[in-house]
Amino acid sequence: MADAAPPSSPTSESPAARLALIAVAVIFLGFFLFLPLIAVFTEALRNGVGAYLAAFDDPDTISAIKLTVLVAAIAVPLNLVFGLAASWAIAKFEFKGKSLLLTLIDLPFSVSPVVSGMCYVLLFGGQGYFGKWLQSHDLQIIFALPGIVLATVFVTFPFVARELIPLMQEQGTSEEEAALSLGARGFRTFWSVTLPNVRWALLYGVLLCNARAMGEFGAVSVVSGHLRGLTNTVPLQVEILYNDYNFVAAFAVASVLAGLGLVTLAIKTGLEWRYGDEISAAHRR
Amino acid sequence: MSQFRFRSPSALPGFGIAYGFTWIWLSVIVLIPLGAVVLWAASLGPAQIYAIASRPQTFAALRLSFGLSLAAAALNAVFGLIVAWVLTRYSFPGRRLLDAAVDLPFALPTAVAGIALAAIYAPNGWVGSLVPFRIAYTPLGIFVALVFIGLPFVVRTLQPVLADVDRELEEASATLGARRATTVFRIVLPTLVPPLLTGFALAFARAVGEYGSVIFIAGNIPGVSEIAPLLIITRLEQFDYAGATAVATIMLALSFVVLLIVNLTEAWTRRRLGRG
Repeated sequence: MADAAPPSSPTSESPAARLALIAVAVIFLGFFLFLPLIAVFTEALRNGVGAYLAAFDDPDTISAIKLTVLVAAIAVPLNLVFGLAASWAIAKFEFKGKSLLLTLIDLPFSVSPVVSGMCYVLLFGGQGYFGKWLQSHDLQIIFALPGIVLATVFVTFPFVARELIPLMQEQGTSEEEAALSLGARGFRTFWSVTLPNVRWALLYGVLLCNARAMGEFGAVSVVSGHLRGLTNTVPLQVEILYNDYNFVAAFAVASVLAGLGLVTLAIKTGLEWRYGDEISAAHRR
Repeated sequence: MSQFRFRSPSALPGFGIAYGFTWIWLSVIVLIPLGAVVLWAASLGPAQIYAIASRPQTFAALRLSFGLSLAAAALNAVFGLIVAWVLTRYSFPGRRLLDAAVDLPFALPTAVAGIALAAIYAPNGWVGSLVPFRIAYTPLGIFVALVFIGLPFVVRTLQPVLADVDRELEEASATLGARRATTVFRIVLPTLVPPLLTGFALAFARAVGEYGSVIFIAGNIPGVSEIAPLLIITRLEQFDYAGATAVATIMLALSFVVLLIVNLTEAWTRRRLGRG
């Protein structure tokens, strides 16, 4: 892709101009991308490894980690099943209103996280449409686990579907038709033909979905109620520690999330390089 | 049997259940909750929404959010173009690492980015202590966070287009005696205007709604450094659902207007360039 022309070529910039542009790009990215990343780990280790590890002795932090893992363990499989169903219907069949459906599936990406959380408060909050009914039946959604899961499912809604749909559209239906004509049942066809064909794209989508589910802040912040040790996810715990001026602990907990983000980024980049043909065209390098 | 065909015939099974499940789940998670916002806004009516929007605190928050988001998207358009250009056209050590790092703002949870930026740009931080003016806890700090969060959009929209640019046009221009700068500014850059506008629009849309990476560095002083999403949360915490809905509705409407303008400009540029 970046096969550079020889320096003196009339169809390329002069070596000085190239160097200047590269320098501008590196400095810009260094300031805005690398500096914050380095800062997280530096601040976390400011008082040594002992202080870093002590941050994880806090029972509130431990329960925040447990809650985040639980929420992701519910939200990611839900979106995985939805993504498979949506991509099967959209990519393998022709029907009216397909582009409308595609637009609606992408909708959560264009909604502010705060508004994503707000819509559940309007439905299930104390003054919400179903607030009275929920109260009289002693059910709690907002400021409890169900609300956090709902908000997380909302913000991660499109991830799996939008990875699978373009790829499955490219692959067409001929392999499935061959399997069916050879006598395979519907589910067998899906399990042994369709699924192996999209496995890397599926992993790609699930990976991004999980990273966002564990890192979501705005939407969860609206519905969580910030009850320490009860409804605080890891990102919210970071906020609480930071606002308590407990900076080392805040950055220590944040460094775990940053590590998760880095691992996700590394696997994602690896998938793009190694299995470029087996993920959707938008991510091929 | 009716003549109307809802879908073309297919040998594959499972359409009904997959299609049905998709719509039901989409409705439960996305459509009904967003419908609640629309319904609530409708019950307020335009007059009351306008009354809430023209309160000084609301107005200031909206002006701040939209002004800074536009400015941050503009800065990202300039530097994003340079970054995309360098990453697709030049080869230098560390290019692939740099390319992968562009996705960092997507990968890093917003709260993590938020406290990191606040620490760097605080008066005693790495950057904050070097400059003679305050960055963190002022609108300038919000601007920095919005640049961070919008950065990947411009780069990632431009990269595939830049890779596909027809190099023969540049060669033709050079053969006809144009200097390199002339070729770049009159042949290459005009074809990049539509994706640049798309990237700008995406970065802007993300910035307007951004919350996590902003609130730590913002200072959150009402009327000065309070962004619209924070105002929504404040209203919800006061159980003022009407106020929150009004701010959200205006945010959505204004975003829609800005994106419409950008899309129309993009379509106009495409027509003028004579490419579909």
